[in-house]
Amino acid sequence: MVVDNLMQWFESWTLWEAGSPLLFLIVVVIAGVPIFLLMAVNALVAVYAELKISAFMQDRVGPMGQGPGLHAGKWGLLQTVADALKLLLKEDIIPTLADRKLFIIAPFIIFVTPFIALAALPFNQNLLIADLNIGVFYILAVGSISVIGIIMAGWSSNNKWSLYGAMRSAAQIVSYEIPVALSIVSVIMLTGTLSMQGIISYQDGTTLGILPNWILFNNPFSFIAFFIFFISGVAEVNRTPFDIPEAESELVAGFHTEYSGMRWAFFFLSEYANMLIISGVAAVAFLGGWHSPIPGFLESPGWSLFWFISKVGMLIFIMMWFRWTFPRLRVDQLMNICWKVLLPLALLNIFGVGLWGLFVA
Amino acid sequence: MGIVHGDEMVLNIGPQHPSTHGVLRLKVHTDGEIVSKITPYIGYLHRCFEKHCENLTYEQVIPFTDRCDYISSMNNNFGYVVTVEELMDIHVSEKVEHIRVIMAELNRIASHLLALGTFGMDVGAFTPFLYMFRDRENILDLFEMTCGARLLYNYMWIGGLSHDLPVGFVEKTYEFLDYFEPKIKENDDLLMYNKIFIERTADVGVLPPEVAISYGVTGPNLRGSGVQWDLRKDEQYSIYDRFDFEIPVGTGQMGTVGDCWDRYWVRTQEMKESIGIVRQALKQLPTEGDVQELVPKKIRPPKGSIYKRTESPRGDLGFYIISDGKPTPVRVKLRSPAFTALSALSAIAEGWMISDVIAILGSLDIVLGEIDR
Amino acid sequence: MIHEQVLKCLREKFPGSIVETEEMPADFIPIYQKNWAEIAAFLRDDPDLRFDSLQCITGVDLGEEGMDVRYNFHSMTHLHKIEIRISVDSENPKIPSIEQIWRVGDWFEREVYDMYGIIFDGHRDLRRILLPDDWEGWPLRKDYETQETFHGIVVPKVKEEWE
Repeated sequence: MVVDNLMQWFESWTLWEAGSPLLFLIVVVIAGVPIFLLMAVNALVAVYAELKISAFMQDRVGPMGQGPGLHAGKWGLLQTVADALKLLLKEDIIPTLADRKLFIIAPFIIFVTPFIALAALPFNQNLLIADLNIGVFYILAVGSISVIGIIMAGWSSNNKWSLYGAMRSAAQIVSYEIPVALSIVSVIMLTGTLSMQGIISYQDGTTLGILPNWILFNNPFSFIAFFIFFISGVAEVNRTPFDIPEAESELVAGFHTEYSGMRWAFFFLSEYANMLIISGVAAVAFLGGWHSPIPGFLESPGWSLFWFISKVGMLIFIMMWFRWTFPRLRVDQLMNICWKVLLPLALLNIFGVGLWGLFVA
Repeated sequence: MGIVHGDEMVLNIGPQHPSTHGVLRLKVHTDGEIVSKITPYIGYLHRCFEKHCENLTYEQVIPFTDRCDYISSMNNNFGYVVTVEELMDIHVSEKVEHIRVIMAELNRIASHLLALGTFGMDVGAFTPFLYMFRDRENILDLFEMTCGARLLYNYMWIGGLSHDLPVGFVEKTYEFLDYFEPKIKENDDLLMYNKIFIERTADVGVLPPEVAISYGVTGPNLRGSGVQWDLRKDEQYSIYDRFDFEIPVGTGQMGTVGDCWDRYWVRTQEMKESIGIVRQALKQLPTEGDVQELVPKKIRPPKGSIYKRTESPRGDLGFYIISDGKPTPVRVKLRSPAFTALSALSAIAEGWMISDVIAILGSLDIVLGEIDR
Repeated sequence: MIHEQVLKCLREKFPGSIVETEEMPADFIPIYQKNWAEIAAFLRDDPDLRFDSLQCITGVDLGEEGMDVRYNFHSMTHLHKIEIRISVDSENPKIPSIEQIWRVGDWFEREVYDMYGIIFDGHRDLRRILLPDDWEGWPLRKDYETQETFHGIVVPKVKEEWE
């Protein structure tokens, strides 16, 4: 609840009257800094992890290097730093026939989406920018803004590949939002709250004797809901096997074909931030958020942060694992899975959770 | 299923595109995601092979055949030298025949590995590609050991070979075969039997046998359509009649006979057969003998012409050679299997989606160097 | 044997189509181009011949003797093969197209056209295939002369020192 605490702290200076809009603005800007840092660090770490994980999965060594200097650090640790530097220094190319304004705005919109979504993601008991009472709803709602950015990017590039990527992406994200939301609905039905911290505190304690009281283990239907959520989540963030908007071998690079340098880096940053958010929401909604996997064991705020990051990291790792294992689905197959499998399953699941709540629990 | 027809968009896949396997341009008319018309434009890699041959002596043509199908240079060498030898009526020694077969089959494995890997990449699976490249690397090491080159070998000469087998080659090859045999299964489990891969390739791009024959499609693509046709058996050349091997044909295991999956499957099975042939050839390999004893000092084939085909990893590789008794050929025409396979693309890929066109193109295993020559 | 059989069939069905010489060549059949398309369809459809696979079309420029188009056929059903040669006039090279009989003929004929300028009558899409559309001349003809410039790029005539 960083925002609230900051507000109180500033108000205690008695320079401003309580609830002043100016004060609120200052607090929001200050609170935004850690989110930005988090996104940047997340991308640095996740990209390095992806490079190494893919390398190990493919019988390679990945980035390697000895010592600083022009090498990429020990074990290639500085690889992503070097990449980021390269992206910053790269020439910014805007195609002559592109729609300039939209072309420039699009990466920002895409970047802003995970940025504001992260504000409602709790990292431990206290580390949360704003504890909204509609937290889950907010994250899901904000998450769909990125479609607008993707369509803008695809359209304004004036490139047929970009357009294809954008159209595919729009169809995909809009479709997969529904199973994502429906699987979250079953969680809300159990917890009776939309607040992220509320959902987490519901998952305190144990169930069935030894298992932590996570929603994943709450009942068979919520167990299924997790998988619906995670599969749809992978599709939401355009990762393999659902990466058809970027489908390298088909669409060159999809909606960001024409982007380069820092503008492209924004797409990249937001892709990894989106992975973080989807994994974060999955962790909060199904895996007990920052609760320890062994109830009552190591639950101090520091350890809670560790547990949360481990859960998120695990889920991100699984996404990477998918990417380096599976081929890619085709557009119609992707839509089939969404509308003919996941959506009916999610609806049935809600029904099931309701019945379970009425008769079993 | 009713399809709403809108306006068509013309899309140029290539000449620079990640999955055109070289420099190929497909002009594609699309209606949404569905492709209604495909026109391939080739010639971006045209290096005037046939024009060059008019001014080169017979032995000087061999390096140029390397560069036609650069993925399976050994097989191209093989096809060319066998043709010229038949024209000149040279019968090479047992040892040379065996080494040629070993090299050709190893190169077939290497070529199929590349074909399967890139096919996997075309449908979005990146990891199998690297696994297959890792294994292919071992074969290239063997070639490097033998003739010093890893891609363009210039190894087979008219009447002989450029080098004898180096010391330790046989053991190294056995070692590789022992290592590689289980790897085929590993790769198959990772990609071929993957549910998504099956979804993407089964029933997609079906090439019926009569269409395949009419389009002159040969090799694994034709066998994928269920036609048992392999020049190594049907038009026996070199010493292939001494080896015991099967000709795998597509059976429509996952979908229809002649779909992309069958073409993939046929290649995996062919690798197994090639391993068998290499093993048999290594066992029978004579140790004594000079591999260059029959290399003629002057290569002047008698007046006449010949058309001979051999089985390259991509299909019937034909050479039409006309000689007028001089050291340079009058005409060398290369009938490339990938050329005919690509000409069939529009027949099988129209009506499918863009993603399928890419998958079908990958399954046909074309090499643009050979198409454009 | 298949050679004799084809000769016999053609003499029966299409009298006067074969170029009769005193010593008939043993490995190919020279024919006139007059009704080549019908002959081709016959070769493919006759149940005893059934040359269902067109292996290769080779264009040849023999200089003084004019130009040849050589067809290599093969039968997947009977496993036999035959070569057919048709001479064309260098001044006005024209030959009936067989593209609709064997679909593979499409690209093969385009390639021969590309290199020799032989017009295939009845080909539905006779364009250059390997060379650019605006290339001048027919490169594999004996009288081919390299053009001076191509799109403003001077074509080097004198060979550089690498030779």
